Amino acid sequence: MNSTVAVLLTQDALTNGAIYALLAMTLVMVFSVTRVILIPQGEIVSLAALTLAAIEMSHLPGTVWLLLGGGVVAAAMELWTFARRGERRALRMAAAYLLVPAAIAALAWALVPHELTIWGRMALALLIVVPLSQLMYRIAYRPLVNASVLLLLIVSMAIHLVLMGFGLMVFGAEGVRTQAIIPGMVKLFGYNLRAQALVVMVISAVLIVAMALFFSRTLTGKALRATAFNRTGARLVGIRTEASGQIAFLVAGLIGAISGLLIAPMTTIYFDTGFLIGLKGFIAAIMGGLASYPLAAAGAVLLGFIESYSSFWLSSYKEVIVFALIIPVLLWRNLTHVEHEEDEE
Amino acid sequence: MKSARLRLSTALVAASLALGASPALAQIKIGAILSLTGPAASLGIPEKQTIDILPRKIGDQDVTYVILDDASDPSAAVRAARKLMDEEKVDVILGPSITPTSLAVVEAIGPGETAMISAAGSAVIARPVEGNKRWSFVLAPAETSMAHYVYGKMTQDGQKTVAFIGYNDAFGDSFIGNFKRVAEEKGFQVLADERFNARDTSVTAQALSVFGHSPDAVIIGASGTPGVGPVLELRNLGYEGSIFLNQGMANPDVLRVGKEGLEGVMLGVSPALVAEQLPEDHPSRAEGVRYVTAYEGAYGPGTRSLFGATVWDAFLIVENAVPAALNAAQPGTVEFRRALRDAMENTTNLIGAQGVFNMTPTDHNGTDLRAQVLVGVKDGGWSYIPLD
Repeated sequence: MNSTVAVLLTQDALTNGAIYALLAMTLVMVFSVTRVILIPQGEIVSLAALTLAAIEMSHLPGTVWLLLGGGVVAAAMELWTFARRGERRALRMAAAYLLVPAAIAALAWALVPHELTIWGRMALALLIVVPLSQLMYRIAYRPLVNASVLLLLIVSMAIHLVLMGFGLMVFGAEGVRTQAIIPGMVKLFGYNLRAQALVVMVISAVLIVAMALFFSRTLTGKALRATAFNRTGARLVGIRTEASGQIAFLVAGLIGAISGLLIAPMTTIYFDTGFLIGLKGFIAAIMGGLASYPLAAAGAVLLGFIESYSSFWLSSYKEVIVFALIIPVLLWRNLTHVEHEEDEE
Repeated sequence: MKSARLRLSTALVAASLALGASPALAQIKIGAILSLTGPAASLGIPEKQTIDILPRKIGDQDVTYVILDDASDPSAAVRAARKLMDEEKVDVILGPSITPTSLAVVEAIGPGETAMISAAGSAVIARPVEGNKRWSFVLAPAETSMAHYVYGKMTQDGQKTVAFIGYNDAFGDSFIGNFKRVAEEKGFQVLADERFNARDTSVTAQALSVFGHSPDAVIIGASGTPGVGPVLELRNLGYEGSIFLNQGMANPDVLRVGKEGLEGVMLGVSPALVAEQLPEDHPSRAEGVRYVTAYEGAYGPGTRSLFGATVWDAFLIVENAVPAALNAAQPGTVEFRRALRDAMENTTNLIGAQGVFNMTPTDHNGTDLRAQVLVGVKDGGWSYIPLD
């Protein structure tokens, strides 16, 4: 192994690690705010990539229909709330769930036949995919706000299967690869590096810093942290914890979708690719005990390195090595951590 | 068998001649079990589209088709087989599309005494020809035929060393295992054998490892679009040796995903892929062009599918065997199905779109080296490479 190989393996490790880190951090955030283990986060990643690819080929992406259908269901649920409790707010929300997806769909329909720039395509893909996680929260999780972690986990599993089946149905079994944001290679310190890999690392770093600032500096971020720390207490000081959940899902959807757009030019994405990426993110999140952002991010980068180097030395055992890693991590967490069980009523 | 006559005239005319005095008017019913949905849908759909353009007559017998979807699921395939045999009373079954479903169906067709011609790739579906597998046929050429062309090209180019990047599963093991065996026989040195999973998001490390050994050629043991990843990574690293693909990657999606990154890669593949480019004296040229013209005439230019071509050839084998079976019994009876199986087993020198078939009671595949040609990717399309 010479230095070039080491540098290239490191580049590979950091690119994958950065994506895992982004997903791990959103998983930690969603879990701490809503107690939901967000398995469908992986599907958001692959749906975003598949949507971008469809736009690139000037097809109307199938996710538009998911968005419209989800909007109708969410609106119906809001109307039901209005019928039962007579809240005016529910009517406004119902209108929003119908009109916003319709507006996005109309925009997509109008723009797709035209030649868009790469940024235009990515923005459109985000516009279509990010609201999906909002709808997911409204339809599946919000009615279960007080359910146990286990029940929420099973709901997550169900949504994961539904979204994966949807991806297969509308995008088909074959994979896609999109155009790179910056194609080609860059010469850095005498090594030829892939420009897109550097883009992934830089954007991921920016997003991680932005998330840190969001939680420490903004009122919304602080409200999220308060909800995560103590739900009842947060309610007592006037934080609407349901809105906190909505915001957590918005951030998760945004970061998940961006991750999908970032890796789509570097690997072939299939309807079911997202699940494995999400799973790696989940392992990293577990390393952070589903609570610590820095530990989760560090775990993700470590995972990237282990994956990359084990593929180099022992490619047939890569998956075994990566997933076996979770056992010592769990043992170590169990031994060092004082048990503080989530207060489940 | 009346193969000599068949070769001389078109199969259709020959079939009607052979029927001659036969007053039979019963319909021949052909069943098909295909993966129209599920992960293998990209195989099953062109297979169904091929059945849609198959002739509706064999000689003066009407032919009807019953197509069932197995959703790429072995137990659904078995249910479909039972339905075809018990309710539809079909005379022969085309498909299933993939190895797992085919192996499951083998267990049902033996007791039901109905022959099946699988469109899948694995030789074990019809080998060894005994027990239930006496009713099973499979048309995909042996991996060793593919290896013959790959190593032939390497010999021509004076290359000596080879490395593999393939799937980390049964498919990859079988493919790379066979290729390694042939490599040893032919005196090629195997430098590396790296594995990846179809859904891996990065194969950079495997490519680096192979690149570090600087082999003269790299052989990709994958199927479909996931196999594009290693090729692009190798090219990214600046690898300049030859790259050979498995023929399971010969589909338009691979070209779409790989784009210009695939330029110059080669593969040993069924001749139907490049039917029009074959030399005049290639045995499969005429039949290949006939298939491609019929298929692309119906579904648009560039849509040809090797999976569809397999079903086309399966029909030719049935068509060739029907006259002999009609002499024995009426369609719809178990005697007819037995006679049809026996006649298919004795197929001699039948020219299909994908090769020349010579079946025997111990060989239900019947292909030889003529079932493959060497093809390269040039200007974003498949291009025939002559090999002497």
